[in-house]
Amino acid sequence: MHNMSIAELGLGLRSKTFSSRELTEHFLRRIATLNPRYNAVITVTEESALASAERSDEQLRNGAGGDLCGIPVLHKDIFCTRNVRTSCGSKMLDNFIPPYDATVVENFADAGAVMLGKTNMDEFAMGSSNETSFYGPVKNPWDITRVPGGSSGGSAAAVAARLGAAATATDTGGSIRQPAALCGVSGLKPTYGRVSRWGMIAFASSLDQAGPIAKSAEDCAILLQCMASYDPRDSTSVERAVPDYRATLNDSVAGVKIGIPKEYFSDGLDPSVEAAVMDSLAALRELGAELVDISLPNSHLSVPAYYVIAPAEASANLSRFDGVRYGHRCDNPVDLEDMYRRSRAEGFGEEVQRRILIGSYCLSAGYYDAYYRKAQQVRQLIRQDFVNAFEQVDIIMGPTCPSPAFKFGAKGDDPVAMYLEDIYTIATNLAGLPGMSVPCGLVDGNPAGIQLIGNYFDEASLLNVAHRLQQATDWHKLQPGGLD
Amino acid sequence: MQWETVIGLEIHVQLATATKIFSGASTRFGGAANSQACAIDLAMPGTLPVLNAQAVDFALMFGLAIDADIPMMSVFERKNYFYPDLPKGYQTTQLDKPIVGAGRVTIATADGGTKEIRIHHAHLEEDAGKSLHEGDFGSQYSAIDLNRAGTPLIEIVTEPDLSNATEAVTFAKKLHALVTSLGICDGRMAEGSLRFDVNVSVRPLGSETLGTRTETKNLNSFKFMEEAIVREVARQIDVLEDGGSIIQQTRLYNGDTKVARSMRSKEEANDYRYFPCPDLLPVVITEARLQRLRDALPELPDARVARLIERYAIAAKDAQILASDVALANYFETVAKHCDDPRLAANWTTGELIGRLNGEGLELAESPIDAEQLGILIQRIGDQTISGKMAKQVFDGVWSGAGEVDQIIKERGLKQVSDSGALEQLVADVLAKNPAMIDDYLATEEGRRKKKLGGFMGQIMQASKGQANPQQVNQILLAQLQSLIQSRGD
Repeated sequence: MHNMSIAELGLGLRSKTFSSRELTEHFLRRIATLNPRYNAVITVTEESALASAERSDEQLRNGAGGDLCGIPVLHKDIFCTRNVRTSCGSKMLDNFIPPYDATVVENFADAGAVMLGKTNMDEFAMGSSNETSFYGPVKNPWDITRVPGGSSGGSAAAVAARLGAAATATDTGGSIRQPAALCGVSGLKPTYGRVSRWGMIAFASSLDQAGPIAKSAEDCAILLQCMASYDPRDSTSVERAVPDYRATLNDSVAGVKIGIPKEYFSDGLDPSVEAAVMDSLAALRELGAELVDISLPNSHLSVPAYYVIAPAEASANLSRFDGVRYGHRCDNPVDLEDMYRRSRAEGFGEEVQRRILIGSYCLSAGYYDAYYRKAQQVRQLIRQDFVNAFEQVDIIMGPTCPSPAFKFGAKGDDPVAMYLEDIYTIATNLAGLPGMSVPCGLVDGNPAGIQLIGNYFDEASLLNVAHRLQQATDWHKLQPGGLD
Repeated sequence: MQWETVIGLEIHVQLATATKIFSGASTRFGGAANSQACAIDLAMPGTLPVLNAQAVDFALMFGLAIDADIPMMSVFERKNYFYPDLPKGYQTTQLDKPIVGAGRVTIATADGGTKEIRIHHAHLEEDAGKSLHEGDFGSQYSAIDLNRAGTPLIEIVTEPDLSNATEAVTFAKKLHALVTSLGICDGRMAEGSLRFDVNVSVRPLGSETLGTRTETKNLNSFKFMEEAIVREVARQIDVLEDGGSIIQQTRLYNGDTKVARSMRSKEEANDYRYFPCPDLLPVVITEARLQRLRDALPELPDARVARLIERYAIAAKDAQILASDVALANYFETVAKHCDDPRLAANWTTGELIGRLNGEGLELAESPIDAEQLGILIQRIGDQTISGKMAKQVFDGVWSGAGEVDQIIKERGLKQVSDSGALEQLVADVLAKNPAMIDDYLATEEGRRKKKLGGFMGQIMQASKGQANPQQVNQILLAQLQSLIQSRGD
């Protein structure tokens, strides 16, 4: 059952081949057996999962319920879940139980999906290897000596290990696409404003966006259909009709113009990854797509701009974790200053502290113009690169990340090397564009991902091209060993 | 040396919206601690602000009322600092792109002229909560009440156009009248609805350069504000005349102890690391929205003063007082509607009523005598049912809850006697009983006789048990004395 697509699971539920309760129990058993090896799931909500599976079964018996009714999913632990601990991978929130659900969580519950539990992640979504989690690193199911990517490493690994039918994730600079690529699964970061950020713990508010990680583009389409909504509680959510993503999945890609940015095939790219990407592009050309060489001349500025803007926003977003109202508070503070200092020093890990310091520095008097203002100007240039490109092409494709999953500790003492993991993904966040990663083959037994970047609110084109590619190829069906 | 004072004000005005600027929690004053703080006000993780459109409208109304430039777009920024009653660790406020640009407010000056005070800008922001250091939570703790956190404010910043404490207070009162007339603030200063920060510097008379200034924060009464300015000006002059220099600092003034102290110097000031708030979109103001607000703008204090003078022919001074508060002006207009003498209505409202309210520390809304009753009371003076003196007794009666005006007049038999036949007899009787007084009167030089009338009046009013119509008695008395003079002269 765990290898079935969401559509197949839906058919199975409706034809009473199995019930949601059985399906839920199946995944709960898999989590119990396999998760100790991967550490992808950090909270299992068995009791409420079974209860909601039974409610969904009741709905299904009445002929009600949509595509996700009765489907067991996992939520990244960045989404607030009512009465269920929401840690954001941090000691700071190890004791935090929100009294409310994130809109994304609410949308899934309304659709009758079953929440199995919460997935591990880099602390406050800051990391590209899942090594910064307070709950320990997630292991890549393809090779447990390698990282799963981050920050949504738990969600990507859980889907790769088939611990749930799908998982939610978030992406600030590549946190959906990079782990999806490294774990051999499909992940979509929608256009900024497409999915509500209400109840999603903020890292960098102008970049954060939630999206699905799943086994296929088709599954992603079904999941995005549920996640995308206008939400008056999020001022940056966009009031715009959500198209029927499944309706256009099978559209022909003949004549679709795919832009290939030369900057994404430069020195840092692993030649084997490049070869895998080229294989996918060749497959698309066979389907009639037209490959067009393009240039995104300001690409090299995206990592530096991102590492000013994201930490700047984070430095303010994380100020609320002060030990006053909730979260970690140090023992026996002698005064207010001591409480602030020790609560934050104890509650936040090293990478989070580093980014708070970088961000505070960039916003400081005398540095603001040189860093923050300059970075915002660069952001405009990067956005303009894409606007220009989309005058020539329908979508843009290239590698998701420069190399396959690396070994634990390989980049641990070199933050800049770690930051370069997101060199191809960050620009889409800065521009607010939708981006997707789908598997494009193995490099020495480890998955590589190909990235698709679309125009604003054109997730449908990404899903369509990715789906047609997956119809024509089998890379998305590759699975790590030792799972059954 | 002659010194000149330069004052600029920053005024925090709490907007009278039902809910907070970024959340749906109530802004009502005085609720149980933390009973009006929702997840957003508590800055729970994942919560997001949504701008209250009413707060924006209120800020724009203020902008329209002071004839300000209103930019098409304004931006919220985060002002970062840690404080326990600041839940997010930053205040959402405006810096470079405020909602209201430069405007002006005209005030009356002591010499009877007017002066224009330039407003630099006004911006929207959220209030912080309150830290409590005394309470039933034990002396080793401080407590936080977040009911106020997120209450919408406009901060109004003036240019340094005010020259002394009196002008500053006049301006502050004018601003109070303006925001209450607009209905954007309840004006309750004791509850912190208007709070003044005062920037003061002095310089040698005629100097062009500004002296170093100090800022005294959070003054919430006109009286404290005046005291704080007077004391700070004196302090600065003392320092300078002793050869010292003024240190730029933030000060606090305690109105109860009359002591001011330094809170922090410039060196200790925070680096607030402002940057645009990514959770809120820039606020775009359309001309249509401004037009809608302009069309619905209520009468403003200056227009009200002019109208009261025009319509009721009352003194300018009374009109100023009445127009300073919408509720008071409405009260007066109701009084005037129920009587035929608007001048007397204005006198009673600004004199007896306000004096009594202030004396007992009551708000107008708590007045034991309503406008209709006061109007009827004044009408009873006008129609000569009672004298002005009796009217004060009746006023006291209504005030103390003895009943309504006509009822008290009837019960206490206060009707004044205006029957001229009866009064003629009364005067004649009193004169007949007091030949010595008549002799004295007649012996007095003509120009000074007026002073002697009081004695007769007293006797006559006493004889009538206070019910004789004094004006009538006065006329009859003069006539009878005149005829006595003539008869003696014959």
